[in-house]
Amino acid sequence: MIFLDNLINGLSLGSIYAIIALGYTMVYGIAKMLNFAHGDVIMVGGYMAFCGLQYWGVPTVLSLVIAMAVCTVLGVTIEGLAYRPLRQAPGLAVLITAIGMSYLLQNLALMIWGANPKSFPTTFINGSSIRLGSLNISSATVYTILANVIIMVLLTLFTSRTRMGKAMRCVSQDRGAAQLMGINVNRTITVTFAIGSALAAIAGVLLCSSYPILQPTTGSMPGIKAFTAAVFGGIGSIPGAMLGGVLLGVIEIFGKAYISTELGDAIVFAVLIVVLLVRPTGLLGKAVREKV
Amino acid sequence: MKKVLALILALAMSLAVCSAFAEDTVTLRIAHIGPTTGAAALYGLATQHGAEVAAAEINAEGGKYRVELICEDDEHNVEKAINAYNAALDANAQMILGNTTSKPCEAAGAQGYMDRVFFLTPSASSTAVTEDKDNVYQICFSDPNQGAASAEYIASHNLGTRIAIIYNNADVYSTGIRDTFVEKAQEKGLTIVTESTFTDETTDFTVQVGEAKDAGAEIVFLPIYYTPASMILKTASDKGFSPIFFGVDGMDGILDVEGFDTSLAEGVMLLTPFVASSEDENVVKFVNSYKEAYNEIPIQFAADAYDGIYILVKAAEKAGITSEMAYDEVCDLMIAAIQEIEVDGLTGHMTWDSTGAVTKTPMAATIVDGKYVFED
Amino acid sequence: MTKAKRNRLIYNMITYGLVIAAFIILQSMVDAKTITRSLKGQLVPICAWVVMAVSLNLVIGFSGELSLGHAGFMSVGAYTGTIVSGWMLNVFDVQDTTLRLVVAILAGGLMAGLAGTLIGIPVLRLRGDYLAIVTLAFGEIIRNLVNVLYVGIADGRLQASFLKKTLPSQAIMLVDGAKGAVKIKPISNFTMGFILVMITLIVVINLINSRTGRAIQATRDNRIAAESMGVSVIRYKMTAFVTASVLAGMAGALYGLNATTVVPTQFTFNQSINVLVFVVLGGLGNILGSVISAAFLTVLPELLREFSDLRMLLYAIVLILVMIFTNNPLIRDFIGRLFQSLRRRFSHGSQDETTGGETK
Repeated sequence: MIFLDNLINGLSLGSIYAIIALGYTMVYGIAKMLNFAHGDVIMVGGYMAFCGLQYWGVPTVLSLVIAMAVCTVLGVTIEGLAYRPLRQAPGLAVLITAIGMSYLLQNLALMIWGANPKSFPTTFINGSSIRLGSLNISSATVYTILANVIIMVLLTLFTSRTRMGKAMRCVSQDRGAAQLMGINVNRTITVTFAIGSALAAIAGVLLCSSYPILQPTTGSMPGIKAFTAAVFGGIGSIPGAMLGGVLLGVIEIFGKAYISTELGDAIVFAVLIVVLLVRPTGLLGKAVREKV
Repeated sequence: MKKVLALILALAMSLAVCSAFAEDTVTLRIAHIGPTTGAAALYGLATQHGAEVAAAEINAEGGKYRVELICEDDEHNVEKAINAYNAALDANAQMILGNTTSKPCEAAGAQGYMDRVFFLTPSASSTAVTEDKDNVYQICFSDPNQGAASAEYIASHNLGTRIAIIYNNADVYSTGIRDTFVEKAQEKGLTIVTESTFTDETTDFTVQVGEAKDAGAEIVFLPIYYTPASMILKTASDKGFSPIFFGVDGMDGILDVEGFDTSLAEGVMLLTPFVASSEDENVVKFVNSYKEAYNEIPIQFAADAYDGIYILVKAAEKAGITSEMAYDEVCDLMIAAIQEIEVDGLTGHMTWDSTGAVTKTPMAATIVDGKYVFED
Repeated sequence: MTKAKRNRLIYNMITYGLVIAAFIILQSMVDAKTITRSLKGQLVPICAWVVMAVSLNLVIGFSGELSLGHAGFMSVGAYTGTIVSGWMLNVFDVQDTTLRLVVAILAGGLMAGLAGTLIGIPVLRLRGDYLAIVTLAFGEIIRNLVNVLYVGIADGRLQASFLKKTLPSQAIMLVDGAKGAVKIKPISNFTMGFILVMITLIVVINLINSRTGRAIQATRDNRIAAESMGVSVIRYKMTAFVTASVLAGMAGALYGLNATTVVPTQFTFNQSINVLVFVVLGGLGNILGSVISAAFLTVLPELLREFSDLRMLLYAIVLILVMIFTNNPLIRDFIGRLFQSLRRRFSHGSQDETTGGETK
């Protein structure tokens, strides 16, 4: 029973990682950059939803929509202002810019919302729990796992069926060729950022529903873990991000429960290293043949 | 004519002011050092704001002593703590109210011991802060003190014998309280059924709470700050686990977290020297001025620092500190003076001995209907 | 002597010269007591961060591998250094601080080098971003492990335990789990910091200009071509990686012995990122650039103290702007043309140009 309990907790945590990892993996696949500020967009999403619920008194769903709208605008703005001028620059310059953006968002949040932590209000998402025998499952867990599955299905449909989705896949495969075929690369990247940031807002709300403390640094650690999850599953691959996220969550919880709470994070990272040594491009990543 | 008159008047006034200042006011240059940015900004800002409120009060009262506050940020980082300390001395600080957090205070205090600088820390509670140095004094309880007091309280009030502990093993405060709690608990015949840990980055507490639940704990001891505590309470409520949660002074503030569902904290007990909802006249006054200035309800850190400024002024008065004295001259005078004074502050009646630790009595409070209720 | 070789020699001499000059000026300011406390207190950390930046530049700039766990090696060095120093003092009663410091720095370098070798063997088989994430993971693992490490002296010998504190209560603790390394006797000084910086420069510059160095750069510029020319990529990458970790460990020991306490949280992922920022702003592959940017960026936040809360915000904005301005082709072209026209006006077609900051 304890095992089952831990498994459910792991799935719930993993689902949040998975949704965040999607943002990382999509941006990486298409823009070939590690968007370190992604974790902080999650934090902004959490704060916006908090403002909606606590200050403006709007319903939960509307708060979520506000958070998604703000994050989408934020993501597109960041891309346009900071990343687009660096499209041709070496990867490291973009990485440092993304890190700078992460610092910027955290410090802006510190100025706007202060250092005192906020507690995310109780909503229908995390308001109740379901009893199954001696198991107690929080409604947040149910919603998180559900959201994860829905997002997964929708994204798969989007990338395989729609024009834009196909364009995205083209750009991720070969940017130059895509441009030659008449695909507007800049627009495709912007759309990717918009989707990734909207997902970040959802992840922010779910994260705060399960672990209801909001601080300017709230997004950092989940961000790093989700980034790890994206690499774990094979960065650039959407199903990979899903699998990586969920597995990472389960491993983290099991590691803490059965090995040591002190070394929980160390175990997660150790497993990652072992996986990468066996499969150097992650679980579902494709090995790219090198051309001479 | 009018102009001349105005000029003469202004001159006379400024002379009067000058002479009043020159004769009996002493300006104490006190440096507040704490993390005002970064992950621990919450605590550093609280102490800085508390100190600012006290300094404003003292300066407005217009007594013999004025306080000039120099604020430096240490980012809760040992290297930056030394930098902040040096910057404060470069700015001619005479004494230091700080550091807010334990590790930075330990490092800066040791440097201050060599340079002869007087430290009064509002909230750095580990014993390493005062150990082996004569220049550092505390306003808060030391960690071992709190751990022992908590175990004693639980035993003497027969709250239960099966205890689980959840603590932050990356935090000096948390591990410090936990260590003496365990020692004292064994002495008093209490059983620690399980202990689990987390770190500053932890957001998921399901395993820790699950362990306590499965071990059948009657009491869960939380020697931690209120931020993770609020998440533990939420997780416990999700899991339908409702033991007695017993906290320490870091738990204060939990009721004032914006958006926190106070029903989750129903029945939580804690030992604390200060609660913002107290009806004590001085506390009400402090809370009101704090709210007016910063639009927030002060946490215990702020109250500690508020007391700190008053303690420094009282000790400076006793020691006969003047505006011209340099920090090394001030240090030994303050060390002698602080051991002789008694202060009734927001956080209780305080005295100090040469170890640097404070003597005051914690009060036990229970949260009922979203408010603290005190027991005797 | 070819022209390129001569230019390189001049450039290296300038690097050494500037560092020596900076040391002499600062040291004479310390002796004359005209230096502010604030700057004086930062001298040793500056040396440590310079060593960190130069050594990371060896990995990133020359070997072309993105490492995000450099602070992990620094923490290994810092912990080893403080333990060794405490051990020598408490067990062998070595009172000579210089001897203790030198042994501690060597030990720190040795342990970090060992860690670097252990990590390097599996990791360097990976490429690009995968390597980055694994070094990040290792940095975090090291931090997690030292967080539950207990080392102390009891019964006249060094004892250690892991996960649980099992040492006798009367033991003199050197490393106390989350409390970090405690009760360190600070023995680092600016002279030793300067010597370490010089050693780092000599090692790194000579390595780069040696046969090994050329091989390392060849593997960076075109791995496949280098491999087909018979260059053992992994062996040369290992050389760069392990050398960098040894230097980082030495910097860690110097840094750790500069204060009374060291905590695991000082060596987080963010700290690795900070060093990375030093390297990138100084210019990949540019040694002098790393020295200057590490020194300048360590002092900068202190100079910005007046802006207190806005400090980090400004830092972030400056970081982003610098990156955009130095890397956007349009802006770079514009600045380049500006310089060219200036140069044409003032000098007549001098072609000499130090090519330090160039990367692919």
